[in-house]
Amino acid sequence: MPDKITKEVFDHLVDLAAMELTEEESEYLLAQLNNQLSSIEELSQIDVDDSVQAAAHGVPFSRELSAGVRKDEIKKFPFPDDILKGAPQTEERYFIVPGIKHEDLD
Amino acid sequence: MNICDLKAYEIAALIKSRELSAVEVLEANLDRISNVDGRSGMLDAGEITKEDEATVHAFISVSEERARKQAADVDKRIAEGEQVGPLTGVPFSVKDIFAVKGTFSTAASRILANFNAPYTATAVKKMEKAGGVMLGKVNLDEFTYGSSSESSAFQPHPRNPWDTSKVTGGSSGGSAAAVAAGEGALSLGTDTGGSIRQPAAFCGVVGMKPTYGRVSRYGLIAFGSSLDCPGPVSRDVRDAALMMNVIAGPDHKDNTTAVLPVPDYLHDLEAGVKGMRIGLSSDYFKITYFDHEKGELQEQPIPDSIKRSVEKTADALSNMGAEIVEDIQMPYQKYGIPVYFVISRVEAASNLHRFDGVKYGYRSEQVIDNLKDLYRKTRNEGFGQEPKLRILMGMYVSAAQFSEQYYQQALRVRSLIRSDFDTLFDANGKHRVDALLTPTTPSSAFPVGDVYGDSVLMQYADQFTVNANHAGLPSLTFPAGLDDKKMPLGAQLIGPDFSEAKLLRIARAYEITTDNAAWRSEKPQVLKNL
Repeated sequence: MPDKITKEVFDHLVDLAAMELTEEESEYLLAQLNNQLSSIEELSQIDVDDSVQAAAHGVPFSRELSAGVRKDEIKKFPFPDDILKGAPQTEERYFIVPGIKHEDLD
Repeated sequence: MNICDLKAYEIAALIKSRELSAVEVLEANLDRISNVDGRSGMLDAGEITKEDEATVHAFISVSEERARKQAADVDKRIAEGEQVGPLTGVPFSVKDIFAVKGTFSTAASRILANFNAPYTATAVKKMEKAGGVMLGKVNLDEFTYGSSSESSAFQPHPRNPWDTSKVTGGSSGGSAAAVAAGEGALSLGTDTGGSIRQPAAFCGVVGMKPTYGRVSRYGLIAFGSSLDCPGPVSRDVRDAALMMNVIAGPDHKDNTTAVLPVPDYLHDLEAGVKGMRIGLSSDYFKITYFDHEKGELQEQPIPDSIKRSVEKTADALSNMGAEIVEDIQMPYQKYGIPVYFVISRVEAASNLHRFDGVKYGYRSEQVIDNLKDLYRKTRNEGFGQEPKLRILMGMYVSAAQFSEQYYQQALRVRSLIRSDFDTLFDANGKHRVDALLTPTTPSSAFPVGDVYGDSVLMQYADQFTVNANHAGLPSLTFPAGLDDKKMPLGAQLIGPDFSEAKLLRIARAYEITTDNAAWRSEKPQVLKNL
């Protein structure tokens, strides 16, 4: 079976995923991706009646089961400094990141 | 009997009657950990030695001081005559995919290795409130992505207490191994495609995936948000029921939790199986796998030892008055893994976008002058291969031009998988079964290194467990014998939505009737020389 994902498509995906990979890693991941895609090929051949709905979850939601939508109220987290302590870089309680590169759009 | 090998309900009773103290129980468990666990999982662990290969490595971090405080507090409250709760002084471990305040909550990934959680997951909070003593965090496949626990960034990875040359299964491998080796009576795991049940079966313990929405996901680092279920790992069925009593229930912090009242899972636990209808489906007695050469799905019968153990389980239940319903056709079950390859990857990719080196976790130490490079280098260095693979697969199959072919189709087939079960459980239907009985896994625990690296073959280790996740149904695995190499085999029950009490009752009946079976006297290898 021919590979579905070419090196070009793969590199584009890697870029969209905000990753960069070594050559060796790319080779392994691309091969695994194509294996996975051929292993799910049968999915598209299953005859699914038009009446079958897509299921975003297994257990059907019902009024009896669901708490319903709650009020959109702000509840302050009691220990914001504990959150800030976990950040790689902060200054005066702001998260610090490097600048955003200016890119001209075609 | 050593304190570490007592069941949770026995420990709680002995502490309540002051025959044991919580501190005594904790110290015995910490001793057990130092005797069998070897070095804890760590980043950049260096060479894996012969000594490493002979120990369990269930833990990533043991929180001794935190646990000692909790145990002393339990003893103090008992001394003051207070009722502490159903888990009084019971030592337990937590899969390191849950946030627990004051512990590193790593997801077994470099990208979260330094993440000190500022809050505690609901299920853990409930266990601690019930008097449980948290020993520490146990190892898993990175972000739960695997079926052997070998992909953890924290090495050495867990090894099977029954034979340390074999895997524990995964992704809750640390949970299953810890409970099997007497390092804590209970463990809190998660199950997205089989991640509680498959390792529980491999390690000879009980594991339950509750109905989706029965146990809160708050504080769980998400994998597949429509599939993830926290649940118990224990040494017997009664302990699983005890733990379900504590962790189940609605939570306003997880709006997908069901507002149904929680029954007392211990109440009718020993009421037996008389009159129940238990189903067997031929679709769960064959192995489906993908043949790379032929480029198509192939089938073969399951190994004899596994077939026999499930048949014997059915016979035992039949002897106790259950009716066995055979020859049930479930034509869509064989698509469980292909559907999972799509749905779980799309959800994983979506959930992994938040890890970017900005607000928490790892940030690349390279000199970086712009934000995009910061994301790329951080994610490249922080994620292992399996998360990278899942991100790429998830993005591909949900891309605008392929979504109809893959993602939408998978969601529709998910409906068909659910319809197989609806037909089975329909009270007015042909079968009217209370539960389906199946093998939990297509093999017993496989050797370390045998499957790791082949992402398709590894995924097929979950073929008997994954459909309960697609359908949202409760499912339970319990020990059902040993194979010819004396490795544990599990039998699995799957029931209708919110039928946990019934599944526990069936498994408990089996446990009682096989209490004196010869195989029950066999113990994990690592406990033999203690």
